[in-house]
Amino acid sequence: MSAFMNAVTPDQIRFPHRHLLGIEGLSPDVISLLLDRAESYVEQNRQADKKRSLLRGRTIINLFFEDSTRTRTSFELAGKRLGGDVINMAVASSSVKKGETLIDTAMTLNAMHPDVLVVRHSSAGAVKLLSEKVNCAVINAGDGSHEHPTQALLDALTIRRRRGRIAGLEVAICGDIAHSRVARSNIHLLNVMGARVRLIAPKTLIPSGIEQMGVEVYHGMNEGLKDCDIVMMLRLQTERMQGGFFPSVREYFHFFGLDYKKLAHAKDDALIMHPGPMNRGVEIASEVADDIGRSAIREQVEMGLAVRMACLDLLSANLSGGRREPA
Amino acid sequence: MSRLAYINARLIDPASGLDQPGGVLSEDETIIDVGAGLFADGAPADIPTIDCGGHCLMPGLVDMRVQLREPGEEHKGTLESECRAATVGGITSIVCLPNTDPVIDDMSVLEFVARRARKLGLAKVYPYGAVTKGLKGEELAEMGMLAEAGALAFTDAVKPIGDARIMQRALSYATTFGLMIIQHAENPSLARGGVMNAGETATRLGLPGIPRQAEVIMVERDLHLVRMTGGRLHFGHLSTALAVDAVRRAKAEGLAVTCDTAPPYFALNETSIGDYRTFAKLSPPLRLEEDRQAIVEGLKDGTIDAIASDHAPQDEESKRLPFGDAAFGGVGLETLLAITLELYHNGHMSLIEALKPVTAAPAGLLGLEAGRLEVGAPADMILIDPGRAWKIVADKMQSISKNSPFDGRPVQGQVLRTVIDGRTVYDHAH
Repeated sequence: MSAFMNAVTPDQIRFPHRHLLGIEGLSPDVISLLLDRAESYVEQNRQADKKRSLLRGRTIINLFFEDSTRTRTSFELAGKRLGGDVINMAVASSSVKKGETLIDTAMTLNAMHPDVLVVRHSSAGAVKLLSEKVNCAVINAGDGSHEHPTQALLDALTIRRRRGRIAGLEVAICGDIAHSRVARSNIHLLNVMGARVRLIAPKTLIPSGIEQMGVEVYHGMNEGLKDCDIVMMLRLQTERMQGGFFPSVREYFHFFGLDYKKLAHAKDDALIMHPGPMNRGVEIASEVADDIGRSAIREQVEMGLAVRMACLDLLSANLSGGRREPA
Repeated sequence: MSRLAYINARLIDPASGLDQPGGVLSEDETIIDVGAGLFADGAPADIPTIDCGGHCLMPGLVDMRVQLREPGEEHKGTLESECRAATVGGITSIVCLPNTDPVIDDMSVLEFVARRARKLGLAKVYPYGAVTKGLKGEELAEMGMLAEAGALAFTDAVKPIGDARIMQRALSYATTFGLMIIQHAENPSLARGGVMNAGETATRLGLPGIPRQAEVIMVERDLHLVRMTGGRLHFGHLSTALAVDAVRRAKAEGLAVTCDTAPPYFALNETSIGDYRTFAKLSPPLRLEEDRQAIVEGLKDGTIDAIASDHAPQDEESKRLPFGDAAFGGVGLETLLAITLELYHNGHMSLIEALKPVTAAPAGLLGLEAGRLEVGAPADMILIDPGRAWKIVADKMQSISKNSPFDGRPVQGQVLRTVIDGRTVYDHAH
């Protein structure tokens, strides 16, 4: 009873899910909880003494079935900053039967009693499948073209810090929407937080039925960028550049690459974002990417670390024997 | 000579439209008398009798699209396990696809399967022959020899015959033997890489889609080839409204074309995939609700001739994978009747109408002496209670593989007894 009598401190608010598999299905409150917690880590990370002991005794395993440097490093550092033990496992993506490796690896790792598994896999739904086979918390670090929740959260945190809000903003997501998990997670998050989302891409890179996810679709940069507040560029995968989806890199950049000329259609202070790594001269011109005043690309990396600390913090707090477990 | 009297039955014969109280008299493996009012006063005392208790006595089901895994993949299903599953499902005749290992593209494999199945004395197995050697879509298989050895028709099984010239020649050549070509209607390049129906759900799940147009494009191409060759064509497991429309128009034009569908396509839609349920990963993929409704309409107006189980056993290892990597297909032998009866219970079709696509219709298409209750026909019969409720539980199935897209579904329609060649091979009470 007494717990209800006292004011609830931010520390006592819980993340209401066992895993973080995607943004779809998260409520605005829960997203705000994650962003608020991340916000506190931004400040902490800027101090000289960055380390905390929140996750002391916790084991975090980074399980990457697909190559990644940035996301993996970000999670690794996030775990270590919080005092957890972090292990990186890169599973050869060349193994013939990836699926077998997936379940087998899950079972094997589960037997080692990790607290959090951070998983990236090239197949949509693979992280969910794995989460059903283990007892620990699972964070989706990207599954195929499905979701990449921590990317959408770090994007949201970046936007919120720069603009003070998310609701009511006009956000344009440009590029390879069809194969992008970043786009999908961002569409869910931005919509649920009250922003308006536009997609800009050649029709071959727009997946069918996406309008039903609450977006407006444009096939030209000039009209798509008109008066928007945020320009999110997506990375174009090299394997899509072989002429199957559009004729050439040159033609793509001409029509869809972000340069100052196209950017001029957006609001004067429109913020430029990119999940990285960038293909300079393919989806974004170098001078735009490096424009200190406009580009938030480096800030996104910083926010990524804070967001991942918040995710590890909130998910591990739910584990049995956790420090905030009721007596 | 041994005679057996089936008394006190509700006789259902979709071929003749008979739905009357009556009985059947069999002698050895043949029906020698059948009719309304037969044994109305009880069977003669010197003949052993089976009291049908007023339940429906009807011809055993004829399933014209079944994948067997023997030879080659016995861990997914043996002839014995699947033929036993068939008898539990009320299926007395199975027509199997040639995608075994080795492929049924020559007489010896065809004869091996037929002989092994005959020895089991369970459901009767009739193989299709391959259209092309090794199902590679390149060179015609020995269709004439296969026909002589007993192939009922030709198909490249789960693979579409994508090359138009090969299809043209196959249709032409098969006319020599009066047999039809069965096509898996899917344009290979549109379907390439796809794992579910293209559209909003696939986009949401981040899965590559197979557009519905992949089916109708192949259907339309093949209809032109039928006009060109005078061949006899049948489309297997149609799944889209567009394709049903195309076949409807072709039939109105008088083309020699028929088609079938499978229970998932009139009982489920793509929402069954939910959160990456691989048991709902089928080929063709589950489609939209409007497609499902169009399949029901096609069955009602006779555009779709037959319903086949589309039985495709897959072991756990090929289904417990990320959705994109999992195998296509679902088992269906033990659920064919109950799901088909949903058409009756939901008020779409009469009992007789709903049962014709699983009995007389496929038997007629393939020239099989099966699927009807008549004097001189083999005594392949089932006794069913069309209203009895039960729940599909995949783990309890006879098939070695348990990959049913209908697991957990409450259904109506229970097979009480399955009789093949006058012998009871399945008795629900025991």
